[in-house]
Amino acid sequence: MIQRIRRLGHRGCDLLESFGRAGIFLAQSAVGLPSREGLYLWVRQMHFVGVLSLAIVLVSGLFIGMVLSLQGYTILVDFGAEDALGQMVALSLLRELAPVVAALLFAGRAGSALTAEIGLMKATEQLTSMEMIGVDPLRRVVAPRLWAGFVALPLLTVGFGVVGIYGGYLVGVDWLGVFEGSYWSNMQASVDFVDDVGNGIIKSLVFAVVVTWIAVFQGYDLVPTSEGISRATTRTVVYSSLAVLGLDFVLTAVMFGGLA
Amino acid sequence: MFDNFTGMAEPMSDTPFVAVEGLHFARGDKEIFRGVDMTIQRGAITAIMGPSGSGKTTLLKLIGGQLLPDAGRVLIEGQDVHRQSRKALFAMRQRMGMLFQSGALFSDLSVFENVAFPLRVHTDLPGTMVRDLVLMKLEAVGLRGARELMPAELSGGMARRVALARAIALDPELILYDEPFVGQDPISMGVLVQLIKRLNQALGLTSIVVSHDIKETLTIADYVYVIADGQVMAHGTPKSLDVDQDPRVSQFVHGEPDGPVPFHYPAVDFVSDMLSPGGPR
Repeated sequence: MIQRIRRLGHRGCDLLESFGRAGIFLAQSAVGLPSREGLYLWVRQMHFVGVLSLAIVLVSGLFIGMVLSLQGYTILVDFGAEDALGQMVALSLLRELAPVVAALLFAGRAGSALTAEIGLMKATEQLTSMEMIGVDPLRRVVAPRLWAGFVALPLLTVGFGVVGIYGGYLVGVDWLGVFEGSYWSNMQASVDFVDDVGNGIIKSLVFAVVVTWIAVFQGYDLVPTSEGISRATTRTVVYSSLAVLGLDFVLTAVMFGGLA
Repeated sequence: MFDNFTGMAEPMSDTPFVAVEGLHFARGDKEIFRGVDMTIQRGAITAIMGPSGSGKTTLLKLIGGQLLPDAGRVLIEGQDVHRQSRKALFAMRQRMGMLFQSGALFSDLSVFENVAFPLRVHTDLPGTMVRDLVLMKLEAVGLRGARELMPAELSGGMARRVALARAIALDPELILYDEPFVGQDPISMGVLVQLIKRLNQALGLTSIVVSHDIKETLTIADYVYVIADGQVMAHGTPKSLDVDQDPRVSQFVHGEPDGPVPFHYPAVDFVSDMLSPGGPR
C-alpha cells in the first residue's frame, strides 16, 4: 500500500516536473525578438505547417459543412423551419466545429510531423551539434515552428469555416432546394461578428498554442531512439486531441455559458 | 591535398588550455566519473582513451558544457564552463569545434550550406567571402567537389570529413573529436588520422581526441589519458604508456582480450547458472 502511494506520488512529481520543463521550454523559445533570419525560417515553416495542411483542412471543411446541412435540413424541415438552415450551419461551424475539427486535423497532420522531425534531429545529434556551433536550437529550430503553428491554425480554421458554409450552401440550396435568400439573410441576421466569429477565432488561437506547444515539446523532450520517436508522435496526437476537446468545453462554458 | 597549410603549430605553453578538476558525474544510480583530473595543453593533441562505456563521450559533453557535473569543474582558459550564462556559454562554444561520431550534419542542408552554417549565423561576411571560406575548408578535407551533395548522399567517412570542415569553419581554438575513427574503412581512417594531425599543426589548434582505436590515436597524440572505472587510470606520452608496467594499462594499450578488465560481464558462476532449475531465462 505504502509502495503504491509512493509510486503515485512519484508519478505526480514526474508529471509536475515535465509541466515545469514544458513551461520553461515555451518561455525560452517563443519569447524574443524575431530577426530577419528568423523571419525567413518562419516563412519556411508556415509552408510546411500551414500550406501543406490546407488541402486536408479544406476538404474536411467542405464535407463537414455538407453533412451538417443535410442532417440539419432533415430535422428543420419537420418543423417547417428549413429557412433557418444557414443560421444553423454557420453557428455550428463558427462556434464549434471549425476550431475543434481543424485543431484535431492539425494535430494529426502537422503536430505529428513536427514531433517526428524535431525528434529525429535530436536522435541524429543535429540539435546537439547546433548547440556546439553556438546556435541555440530553441531559437533556431523550435521558435519558427512554434510561431508558424500559432499563426497557421487560426488561418486554417477561418478557411475551414468558409468552405464549410459553402458546403452547406451546396447541399442545402443547390440540392435540397432551400431558398437562397433565406439561407444567407438568416445567417447574416443571427451571426454576430464578435460573439461568434471572434470567439471561434479565440478558441482556435488557444488550440494553436496548445497543439503546437505539445507537438514541439514532445519532439524536443523525447528519448532519442526509434521507439522514443514513435511514442512521442503518438503522445502528441493523443495529448493534443484530449487537450483540444477538454479546453473546448471550458472555453465554450466561459464564452457561451452566459447566453442561456 | 594538404598544400594549403603552411602555418606552424603554436609553441606549447605551461598554462593548460583546458583543466578538468575533480569531476564527478552520475547518470541515475550509475556513477560515471569519480574524481577525474586532467590538464590539456594548448596546441597539443590530447587523446582520451578507455574501453567502450567508460564515459569518454560523456566527458566531451561535460567539457563542451552540454552536461552539468555533480561536482568538480571544467575550466577553459581559466573560465568555468558550467558557471556561464546561456549566452556566455554559446559565445564560448563559438571558439570550440566538435566532431560528432555520427557527423551530425544538418540533413536539410547541402554540404556547402552545412559548412557555411556557422559562418552565416556568427558573422556578417558577404556572400562571396562565405563562399571562399567554405571552399577553402572543403578543400582542406578534400571534398570541394562534393559541395552540392546532400548529407544522405555521402558515405560515412565523407560525412565525417564534411563535419570536420564545418567544425573548423570559424577557426576555433579547440576541437573535440568524438570517436573520429569508428566504423571507417582503412583508407578514410588514414585520411582522418592525417587530417587531424595536419589541421592541428597548420591551424594551431588544441585537439582532444576521444577514441578507443589505440594504434591510430597513439600515432598522432602528444599526450594520452586512459580512463576506466570513472577515474584516470594512467596518463603520459604514447611512448611512456607503451612501456607502462601496470597490467590494466598494458592490457588496454596492447589490446589483450582478458586481464584485469574481465572479458565477462559480472555474473554468477557459469556451472551453477546452467544447472539451476529456473524459469525461461
